[in-house]
Amino acid sequence: MTAEAAAAAGAETAVAAAISVRELSVRFDADTGSITALERVGFEVPEGGFVTMLGPSGCGKSTLLRAIADLVPISGGAIHVFGRTPEQARRARDFAFVFQDATLLPWRSAIDNVRLPLEVGQRSGAIELNAEPEALLALVGLEGRENALPHELSGGMRQRVSIARALVYRPRVLLMDEPFGALDEITRDKLNEELLRIWRETGTTIMFVTHSVPEAAFLGQKCLVLSAQPGRVREFVDIGFAEPRTLGMRDTLEFVEVTAYLRRLLEEPR
Amino acid sequence: MTTASVDDKGTGTNTGQDGRTMRNARAERPRARRYRHAPPIIAAAGMLLLWHLIVVGFGVPSYIAPSPVQVIGVFAEQGEILWINFWPTLFEAVAGFVLGNSVAVVLAVWFVHNQFAERAFYPIAVFINTIPIIAIAPILVLILGNGYAPKIVIAALICFFPTLVNMVRGLKAVSPQMLELMRVLSASDREILWKIRLQSSLPFLFAALKIASTTCVIGAIVGEWIGSNYGLGSLIIEATYNFRAPLLYATVILGAGLAVAFFVTTTLVERRIVKWKPEAVF
Repeated sequence: MTAEAAAAAGAETAVAAAISVRELSVRFDADTGSITALERVGFEVPEGGFVTMLGPSGCGKSTLLRAIADLVPISGGAIHVFGRTPEQARRARDFAFVFQDATLLPWRSAIDNVRLPLEVGQRSGAIELNAEPEALLALVGLEGRENALPHELSGGMRQRVSIARALVYRPRVLLMDEPFGALDEITRDKLNEELLRIWRETGTTIMFVTHSVPEAAFLGQKCLVLSAQPGRVREFVDIGFAEPRTLGMRDTLEFVEVTAYLRRLLEEPR
Repeated sequence: MTTASVDDKGTGTNTGQDGRTMRNARAERPRARRYRHAPPIIAAAGMLLLWHLIVVGFGVPSYIAPSPVQVIGVFAEQGEILWINFWPTLFEAVAGFVLGNSVAVVLAVWFVHNQFAERAFYPIAVFINTIPIIAIAPILVLILGNGYAPKIVIAALICFFPTLVNMVRGLKAVSPQMLELMRVLSASDREILWKIRLQSSLPFLFAALKIASTTCVIGAIVGEWIGSNYGLGSLIIEATYNFRAPLLYATVILGAGLAVAFFVTTTLVERRIVKWKPEAVF
């Protein structure tokens, strides 16, 4: 199943893979011995694609995203981001990471938080092609709030700032680890719709981890469903809704069928 | 952007409600503010009065316990001797405060970046802290002589430990996620120190500085108790041995006033620098 899914994905997008994962294993050393978080995981994300990742808790979806971001060491297999290893890609600033918490510096205003990536790390020539921080705050719908401190913003606004911060050095890949998981449903719906707009406007490749089946179906062109213990690829599902997608689409029969299918994948044992 | 305003409206309503409650509170506040300091002032005045009545009523001799009136009289009549001895203590306390806290901050930064250093020297710092300051004072006088140096070092020592402990905690009080973010950005340790750790440690640092702002005065005075012929500490000893109780009381009050002035200054500086909410993590 794993190999088939990877091969199918590979055949379709052999031209340009933004992220390619082959036979990936990640093991952690624990007191009780080593724990296998991910086993022989393989898939490819095409450039400019939007892939969501879904799975039961403890299936290692965050670990997979962190391995791509060079935050977790891998035990076997290979990860490539635009042909580079995760470490090379990190140093080249090929990707940005958005966490579940906005992770803003509380003493910096919104605009200064967005500027943070431009002040640290290796600022080589390639990174000087920055989008304007002001324009990015406008892109995420926060014009006029540039000078607000994080504690003056709502949870949804803080997450918007963190998305603008991720986009400030124009990464080619955006890795998002349950970014809207802590937000209420109404705010979450709004941000989902806006994330799709941002994705269309910037052409960034997005990989998005979520717990929510409707969110995974609504956002992803493809959805990577993982099974737990150890984490393996259950199925790499194509989601072929007409673009551009709207929130209203979620009430259509077509959408309900897709979410029902994803749910079945999550619930059924292999 | 129109979609954004829907989300913003939710928070807008919240601020509206907050605004209303704040306005109500503000309407009541002027009255409350005018009388805010009344209870402590009345209590203090009452106790002074009681003190005065006891001393006068029981005919207590002034060399055992002076009345408040006699103490105030010292400020008027013997002001000069008080102020001559005030300035050296002020200097020692400030110098000790700066020295002790600077060393503590630098050591804390070192400890956070070097686990070996922390494991090697932290227990020693704890050990030094357990020696009563009054026992260290004669040792330092023997080593450093009779000038300003031993007093400054004693004041520094007494400031040092709380600042070290708090600063190490503060520098480490950075969320793991923030550190992961900095790793994704390929930030160096130095950038993490300057951009993240130092700022996030400020609330912890000021908590320690407030303690140090009062203890540094104690350190300077204790230092002056041993073989010194100037400063508020030496004046306390002199007044005690000569049964000049009113002068003794006036000196103690001046020393306490100095500590309070340091404390208030530190608090004001903190309010100017730390404007964000330290308890919340974003």
